[in-house]
Amino acid sequence: MTSGPLQSISTPLQHRVVLNVARLPTYGHGTRSSQWWGIMGFCAAEGIGFVLAFGAYFYLVFINGVWPLSSKPPDIYTSTFHTVLMLGSLWPNYLARKYSGREDLQKVRRYLVIMSVLGVALLALRALEIALLHTKWDHNAYGSIVWLLVGFHTLHLLTDVVDAIVLTVLMFTRHGHGKRFANIEQNCDYWTFVVAAWIPLYVIVFLFPRL
Amino acid sequence: MTRALAPHDAALDAVPEPSRLLTGRPSGQPGMKSEADAPPDPRELRDDQVDGPELTARLATTWGTTKGIIGALSTVDHKIIGRRYIITAFVFLFLGGLSAIAMRMQLARSESGLIGPDLYNQLFTMHGITMMFLFGVPIGEAFAVFLLPLMLGTRNIAFARLNAYSYYVYVFGGAMIWIAFMLNIGPDVGWFAYPPLSGPEFSPGKRTDFWAQMITFTEVAAIAVAIQIVVTVFKFRAPGMTLDRIPLFVWAELVNAFIIIFALPAVVTASVMLIMDRLVGTHFFNPAEGGDVLLYQHLFWFFGHPEVYIIFIPATGWVSAIVVTFARRQAFGYIPLVLSMIATGFLSFGLWVHHMFTTGLPQLGASFFTASSMLIAIPNGIQIFCWIATLWDGRPVFRTPLLFVMGFFFIFVAGGLSGIMLASVPIDAQVHDTMFVVAHFHYVLIGGNVFPLLGAIYYWFPKFTGRMMSERLGKWHFWLAFIGFNITFFPMHISGLMGMPRRVYTYLPEMGWGNLNLISTLGALMLFGSFVVFLVNVIVSARRGALAGPNPWDAGTLEWAAASPPLPQNFDRIPVVTNREPLWAHRETLPVAAGLSVENREVIVSTVTAGRADLKETSPEPSIWPFLAAIATTITFVGSIFTPWAIVWGGVPTMITLLGWFWPKADKESET
Repeated sequence: MTSGPLQSISTPLQHRVVLNVARLPTYGHGTRSSQWWGIMGFCAAEGIGFVLAFGAYFYLVFINGVWPLSSKPPDIYTSTFHTVLMLGSLWPNYLARKYSGREDLQKVRRYLVIMSVLGVALLALRALEIALLHTKWDHNAYGSIVWLLVGFHTLHLLTDVVDAIVLTVLMFTRHGHGKRFANIEQNCDYWTFVVAAWIPLYVIVFLFPRL
Repeated sequence: MTRALAPHDAALDAVPEPSRLLTGRPSGQPGMKSEADAPPDPRELRDDQVDGPELTARLATTWGTTKGIIGALSTVDHKIIGRRYIITAFVFLFLGGLSAIAMRMQLARSESGLIGPDLYNQLFTMHGITMMFLFGVPIGEAFAVFLLPLMLGTRNIAFARLNAYSYYVYVFGGAMIWIAFMLNIGPDVGWFAYPPLSGPEFSPGKRTDFWAQMITFTEVAAIAVAIQIVVTVFKFRAPGMTLDRIPLFVWAELVNAFIIIFALPAVVTASVMLIMDRLVGTHFFNPAEGGDVLLYQHLFWFFGHPEVYIIFIPATGWVSAIVVTFARRQAFGYIPLVLSMIATGFLSFGLWVHHMFTTGLPQLGASFFTASSMLIAIPNGIQIFCWIATLWDGRPVFRTPLLFVMGFFFIFVAGGLSGIMLASVPIDAQVHDTMFVVAHFHYVLIGGNVFPLLGAIYYWFPKFTGRMMSERLGKWHFWLAFIGFNITFFPMHISGLMGMPRRVYTYLPEMGWGNLNLISTLGALMLFGSFVVFLVNVIVSARRGALAGPNPWDAGTLEWAAASPPLPQNFDRIPVVTNREPLWAHRETLPVAAGLSVENREVIVSTVTAGRADLKETSPEPSIWPFLAAIATTITFVGSIFTPWAIVWGGVPTMITLLGWFWPKADKESET
């Protein structure tokens, strides 16, 4: 399409109503919500952070040849138990998401409480796991990258557990209705991301040095 | 061109059936009742019940910002924050420019004693980080914050409170580094702060720590705004704006936002590792304990090369918008233009190693990155050809914005040519770290960003302020800038080939670089003069320029349907889009959607590809919490330079402010 020669237009255009949107829903579940896309954006940015940190880990492995550097690998039992529990948490997480989609307040409350308790348990386990890494951040480059990876993930774990607890409290107040259900779905999807980021991290930090 | 313009095919722009503009899906799953599907409250006034000045006035109240300092700090209006963002980025551009002038004065003659080596090191570092992190990345996002909601036909940016927070974090980070510089603790290790120079052994003191935390501030802000941009483009488009009707400027900002989301975490990773090496004794870059300094370079340039495109891609959006409006026809090759931008975005992640050609690479690696560096010239070339074709087939009107685009073509292509030379390893090894490289990247960065930016300011100034800028001063500005730029930077190609290194504070007269450097300095003064003309033009025009009216250029995109400057609600009713240039398709009346609330902040949320109206979500009310959260964040980041425990005790106020931000209010629902 082309336009005529440039002429300044100084009056606003008249409106012609061709559509009415008064009956549109006031919020939507899952991908329909704009907030869901925002959460995915943060997952993408943080996900690339994990990928780069994994890259840095293997770069250091490549440079050094010997791995782990002058320390024994981290404790396998706590971390495996931690990983199994993480994977197990996906089930109540899935249910919390499912019943949020159905706006079933009673069931959502139940699974949110379970998720909060699980989250606190996982944080406690994480503390134990860190104590059993068998290295410190200032020992050598191996210790530095292990602490960076585990620390970065712990930050995610902590954020999402706090978020889950706040949402749980919110759902027991008078605000526990309407689009809060969509917020819970988003929080559940973020939890899935936190678990998904942990799996390669577990393999790299806890299994790889034993190969 | 004298050819008659093609007649307007009205049938193509007919408004489709409502079923193609609405999804009509309820929120609840089959067999359940969702609160979202409740019928609208009949007591709530909607925009199909009022019209004219009353509608305008009521919406302006609903979407307005309250007066006073608290109101100003609580605002979530994307136009107010966008305007602040643009002005702040320009302040940093001027500060960066002044530091460059100081360096040019020092280099004007050999063995000059004007500036000593320590201050000179701080100056080139401040110049680099200011231009890259405090101007280059934010300016593209700043334009997006102001313009995207207007161009997409919505009322605010997605996550408007996060937008306010991002702006404050950016300002505080920029202020921190410049205050540090004024206290003689400005960073002095170059904008990329390579270890081992930047490590604990060779850079004791706090200078480099300020650099690292400046990165944290600006990247947190930039990533958050990038996510807002993506969500605004994906979900906040006016009904009917399918993917192939998105304005080219918006595509550019979308691609740019994706590059930011994927590139910036790399520099954050690098700077976090560096500050940890410096403050808590990690060994990422310490070869004695298994670390490696080249790891830093890889991480840095995985960000650093896409950064070039973060600076360039928004400029392609400005060029596209200006070229279309002043060529008086739609863009030639819309699809190739969009695909080129996306291809550039992908390819930009595949050539970081060409910054490291002299670090000793495997042969295959060097060849691969040479090839990919040359490859990226192809999509950029396609864009240039599409713009030229648009102008060729149009009836170009040579106003100041288009002049700057012409300057862009000339300078950017010249910079691209020296870029092809540098992509080749043998040449790169010869001229690495010489003034030749300085000449090259100033041609691509000033040519590729600053010239289109100045054109964009002339072009959108009437939308920002309601007044036109002076054409006469604009032409003076352009020619001074264009000639001054070339006098400054062209001689650097030659001084570089003669062997003059970068980042030296002085040189001996026997080197024979004196005349070329004097010419460069004279050119820099001319470039400085052009910016003085620009500043005068901006200030005088903002007060006394001719009144613009909504659409002074007779442009086609939706921002020109709003008032100049736009009212808080942007549009009294949300437009319905049937064409890439909606205002050229509908010259008499604008098709609109009605039914949104007049009393509450409602926006239409649409589907990602087809742009069908799907939901009417609420948009956040103003709030002081994002400002308080930004202050808490600042205390945490600055404190962490002095003790790592700041992360812990600074986390408490940060957490409290975030809770205040997100906790729902009594009557109205709060939002991000």
